[in-house]
Amino acid sequence: MAGLEVHIGNLKLKNPVMTASGTFGYGTEYADFIDLERLGGIFVKGTTLTPRQGNDYPRMAETPSGMLNAVGLQNKGVDYFVEHLYPVIRNYDTYMIVNVSGSTIEDYVACAEKLADLDKMPAIELNISCPNVKEGGMAFGTSCQSAAQVTREVRKVFPKTLIVKLSPNVTDISEIARSVEAEGADAVSLVNTFLGMAIDVETRKPKLSTITGGLSGPCIKPIALRMVWEVFHAVKIPIIGMGGICNWKDAIEFILAGATAIQVGTYNFIDPAASVKIVEGINSYLDRNHITSVNDLIGKMIV
Amino acid sequence: MQVLDFIVRTNEALNDQNHLLKVAPADGVTLPEMFPGQFVQILVDQSSHVFLRRPISINFVDPEKNEIWLLIQKVGEGSQKICSVHVGGIINLIFPLGNSFTLPEKKGKFLLVGGGVGTAPLLFLGKKMKDNDLDPEFLLGGRSGKDILQRTDFERYGTLYCTTEDGSMGEKGFVTHHSVLNEKKYDFIYACGPKPMMVTVAGYARDHGVGCEVSLENLMACGFGACLCCVEKTVRGNICTCTEGPVFNITELFW
Repeated sequence: MAGLEVHIGNLKLKNPVMTASGTFGYGTEYADFIDLERLGGIFVKGTTLTPRQGNDYPRMAETPSGMLNAVGLQNKGVDYFVEHLYPVIRNYDTYMIVNVSGSTIEDYVACAEKLADLDKMPAIELNISCPNVKEGGMAFGTSCQSAAQVTREVRKVFPKTLIVKLSPNVTDISEIARSVEAEGADAVSLVNTFLGMAIDVETRKPKLSTITGGLSGPCIKPIALRMVWEVFHAVKIPIIGMGGICNWKDAIEFILAGATAIQVGTYNFIDPAASVKIVEGINSYLDRNHITSVNDLIGKMIV
Repeated sequence: MQVLDFIVRTNEALNDQNHLLKVAPADGVTLPEMFPGQFVQILVDQSSHVFLRRPISINFVDPEKNEIWLLIQKVGEGSQKICSVHVGGIINLIFPLGNSFTLPEKKGKFLLVGGGVGTAPLLFLGKKMKDNDLDPEFLLGGRSGKDILQRTDFERYGTLYCTTEDGSMGEKGFVTHHSVLNEKKYDFIYACGPKPMMVTVAGYARDHGVGCEVSLENLMACGFGACLCCVEKTVRGNICTCTEGPVFNITELFW
């Protein structure tokens, strides 16, 4: 058995496979399908300071090799999370990491402060890349200045591992990555969804209530992979790669491009056990190729 | 909930639009108990145009043969592909998903209203009601007589009323215009079908002070409460039709 442990900030992940926020609920939704403790970590649903009802239905449209969503950060707020959800998930023997979103910098800071107090909450993922909310979200992640500012302010109140989730809807993702690294981010995760849309030709109406939404699934994988590779050459902090990962081969590709760990997202909907199969697949690949540790593969694409 | 491969035992075209698949666990494992109103998520072929699973109502469960019946209407590429699976072929299901219709606690007059392929879960519901000594009546509608599916199966469990748009079977018009709705007073109505039909049935139930449950077919990705795509606006806020539904009491809905 090869060494699968990887490090992100202060986190010692038992393996590099995690699940992406917004696709995995609070983990418990998948407890019938897999042993959650076999995962390196679980990024739970995007959480905001106050409850959000999310966007109107319809929120989803299937697209070639992927889907658009416009959920809009529906969640019951951080206080509900702390009181009702955290007690249920805190005892799992894997990292449970909250994805934090907000409309203002004050929102992000207040939410992060509340989470910093939880003993079994070793990290947060700062979501400055949600394309489906009118205010905040992606707006923070599309300029170096605002990305740096929100990272700086949250860093002041959150002493544990701080991961910043980047938007691909930018001219140069490396610049954004460098700017959050400079403000003390411990890692970056990329990519969030690509802004897209779909139209019903019979009704001539948009398929999403919000007209535009976030595109995910295997259709975005080549672009996400390219962005991970670019960011790998731009920053020194570890990268958590994601975008259309469906199997162990996809995961190894991201690791070779420079990701220290990966997240499985949309494909959880098609195969709820995909993440655990990927752990097994990575292990077999390493054994087969006589690679003693997955760390030896990070960024080791041969050119 | 579990993910399991099923072998297709029969695949029968009921008309040019609808197929009835009878499927059993490929490894022979005994099916868990399932309830009327629940659904399955079928993995199609993961081709580029059919990426997501397809949610399909449980039409019937035959515990003796260890079979689930799935009534599928060919509406798009995904459902076309499911209908073209050969006998002996394998399909992968996540099941059972969702809540179920509420069985009445005491005897009374119950009407199960279905339109098109929306009749699917009502057969299983009718069977369960009959098993519990509750006499269901069915009111099914379609464009023409050939669209009224599984008539002999329904008649096994209760009286069947029909409407067709072309008048080729039963009364002419929509189910919501059937004379039985004027002639009889029901204690509870269950409905599944196109949304305009369910909205009209819900309106009738409200106007007549009759309790009513409807089964919604909102677009969904996962089917088990993770993606939050299939929400319905209810008195409890936006909630997932896949886990809190698909069956809702109309008192929870805004229509």
